[in-house]
Amino acid sequence: MNQWSREIWVASVLAALLALLAVFAPAFYAPMPLLSRCSEQAPALIMTVGMALLIIARQIDVSVGSQFAVCAVIAGTLTAAKAPLVIAVATAIAAGGAMGALNGLLVAGLGLPSIVVTLATMATWEQALRLFQQGRFVALPEGTQWWGLGQTMGQWTLIAAACLITAAFAVAMKHTSGGRRVYAVGSDAESALLAGIDPRKTVFRLFILMGLLAGLAAALNIVRSPQVDPKAGLGLELKVIAAVVVGGVAVSGGRGSVWGASVGLLLLATINPALTYLHVDAYWEKATQGVVILAALIADSLKRRTHAGR
Amino acid sequence: MAAPLLQLDHIAKSFGAVRALRGVTFDLLPGEVHALAGENGAGKSTLINVIAGVHRPDSGSLLIDGRPIDRLTPAQAREMGIATVHQQPALFPDLTVSENIALALEPPDGLRRIDWKERHERAVQLLHRAGAAIDPRRGAGELSMPEQQLVEIAKALGAGARILILDEPTASLTRKETELLHGVLTDLKARGAGIIYISHRLHEIFAMADRVTVLRDGESIASFPTAETDEASLVRLMVGRETASSYPALACTAGGKMLSVTNLTCDRSRIRNISFDVSRGEVFGIAGLIGAGRTELARTLFGITPADRGEIVIDGKLARIRSLREAIDLGIGYLPEDRRRHGIVQKMSIAANITMALHPRIFPFGFIQPRRERALAESYMRQLAIKAPSPETLCGALSGGNQQKAALSRWLATDPKVLILDEPSQGVDVGAKAEMHNIIRELAAKGVAIILISSDLSEVLGASDRIGVMRSGEMAQIFERKDADADSLMRAALPARGRTVS
Repeated sequence: MNQWSREIWVASVLAALLALLAVFAPAFYAPMPLLSRCSEQAPALIMTVGMALLIIARQIDVSVGSQFAVCAVIAGTLTAAKAPLVIAVATAIAAGGAMGALNGLLVAGLGLPSIVVTLATMATWEQALRLFQQGRFVALPEGTQWWGLGQTMGQWTLIAAACLITAAFAVAMKHTSGGRRVYAVGSDAESALLAGIDPRKTVFRLFILMGLLAGLAAALNIVRSPQVDPKAGLGLELKVIAAVVVGGVAVSGGRGSVWGASVGLLLLATINPALTYLHVDAYWEKATQGVVILAALIADSLKRRTHAGR
Repeated sequence: MAAPLLQLDHIAKSFGAVRALRGVTFDLLPGEVHALAGENGAGKSTLINVIAGVHRPDSGSLLIDGRPIDRLTPAQAREMGIATVHQQPALFPDLTVSENIALALEPPDGLRRIDWKERHERAVQLLHRAGAAIDPRRGAGELSMPEQQLVEIAKALGAGARILILDEPTASLTRKETELLHGVLTDLKARGAGIIYISHRLHEIFAMADRVTVLRDGESIASFPTAETDEASLVRLMVGRETASSYPALACTAGGKMLSVTNLTCDRSRIRNISFDVSRGEVFGIAGLIGAGRTELARTLFGITPADRGEIVIDGKLARIRSLREAIDLGIGYLPEDRRRHGIVQKMSIAANITMALHPRIFPFGFIQPRRERALAESYMRQLAIKAPSPETLCGALSGGNQQKAALSRWLATDPKVLILDEPSQGVDVGAKAEMHNIIRELAAKGVAIILISSDLSEVLGASDRIGVMRSGEMAQIFERKDADADSLMRAALPARGRTVS
């Protein structure tokens, strides 16, 4: 079987959906809303990359939404306090890395299950943020943008950054020793250990990377609106995890690709607006997302069964 | 004479190409303890699995109470009063002792109300009969290994077992617990049950059993009352065969010392004061019973459980091995036992598996060079005759022997000074085993120091230049090849008490 079959499948579904839109709802392709929709997905794309790596390594991080929110508020608050943009961004990324390091320490250092650890840190960051921010938005100074770029160029920068990160990690996963280690640890941690790969070190680093990417996504995201919503990260973890799973990364670890996960995100992100444009009742939106995720999981299990049957 | 409870006639069972049982004839009378003796791999486990209905024999007949049984299932076996107490107890660790006992005894009826008091009382009573002072309210997971075994025995008693199989029951029991167990068995015998008793401790066989059957290479060799034999002749029967000639001629090219180990101790893995050395081009065999610490020694040398005390010198230089990575960089390779689980990553390609331990060395800056990787993989696939369509084939798709060769290739590719092979021919067929030994000899000829761990005495004898025998975490004795035979190795491997009793 072709190792890329799943990625091709998801991409085909996405292409079909886009074609359907081109025929029946050409308004979908109007430049401005399209650009805004794309830039809206860019932060999620950056985090999908990190999540794909974690799930390939047979771990998970459900605290990424909270990490995103905390980092966004940090970046926003610093910007509002007239700190240079570079400082604000760097601080947000560092904060993300620190939160990721805590997850990594608990999971890799103490050997606790990542789902429980990150569930706990998710709740902790979320509540801490609520206490601290009391739900207040952070108003940003007028015209906060990258190096004086306009609103449009800012969005393009955001999209470009996300694509660049995705491409870099997609290539790295296939062509570097580090990528190989992630697959080996996710496939079989004990075997990897006996081949001289330290699974704990690998997992620890992946959690830090996840945090750094969440911080980066949050920092880049602040240019999109005049204020920072402390609830902006809510539910983001679900979207990101769903994208990874739909994109063909096996929850059992060791299989999948960054390419697949990013196509998975694009598919999920296209479904909602597509339904609106195709005049499907809005109530069906969430349900359709659920169906897509289930379909992906069922496809996986069928594939496994036919494999085992041979 | 009473009718036998159990009769086996010429039972044979193969797993793929491996013939685990070639023809075993065995019977068990009511009120007797019948011991099974044999080396590791002689077929004892397979035999008890046949009796317990886990494996269906390929040929031969099985009679219970004189009735031929065609297709015995584990459930049927239980119903007919066959109970097995395994060396590794299989209790549910999160349930209490009384719940574990209840699960084994109560019919699976989801709607019945649970009588907790009855459960508790029955557990107390059964544990008492098993000679165990264990509170049934304790969680099974908190119990020590011997305590868990006693709970297993209590389960078997509760099930009214008439045929009780004890697989190495005293491997982890203290002396006092062993005596208690003997009391339990006497009680069972008086009730007309038959007991199949498997033990490596020969003195126990003589103390406990009425008869003994010797298994060797999947065949029942002899069967006689224990009163009519002694330990020495039993040992001779257990190993008594000429060393198989399927091993390449010894061409010892031993040069200077490659590896010297002095007083190596690792408390965590319970190995103590181990000293030995291996020269360039030498194959140093390590024999011993299961649990003697052979794999633990390998894991300590390989930095998985670093040594607490002692000295390791590799190629004349003092080596401090604190981690696996250090061990690899110092030129140690380790082919683990249980290849399917640990030797290779099944979901990854042959090429990826072969280069896995090599990355920092062959791919500077961490960038994989696909052509180089492929060439390396192809070269080992050719050298070791790994049969696979391409280097991209997933390892999980290969046969056992080819998987083993892929696993070995990984370490050959690191160009090791010392190569530790842990049960390298376990689960591979005869042809692949011979190939494996040719490769081992070639490696030795190139100057690699090889440590060969094997439970198969004929393999150790056939392939090694010198042989160390481990016993209870220590290096009991080291033999020159010419001074060693199966008899002497077996004697050195058996627990000390077992040798002094006779």
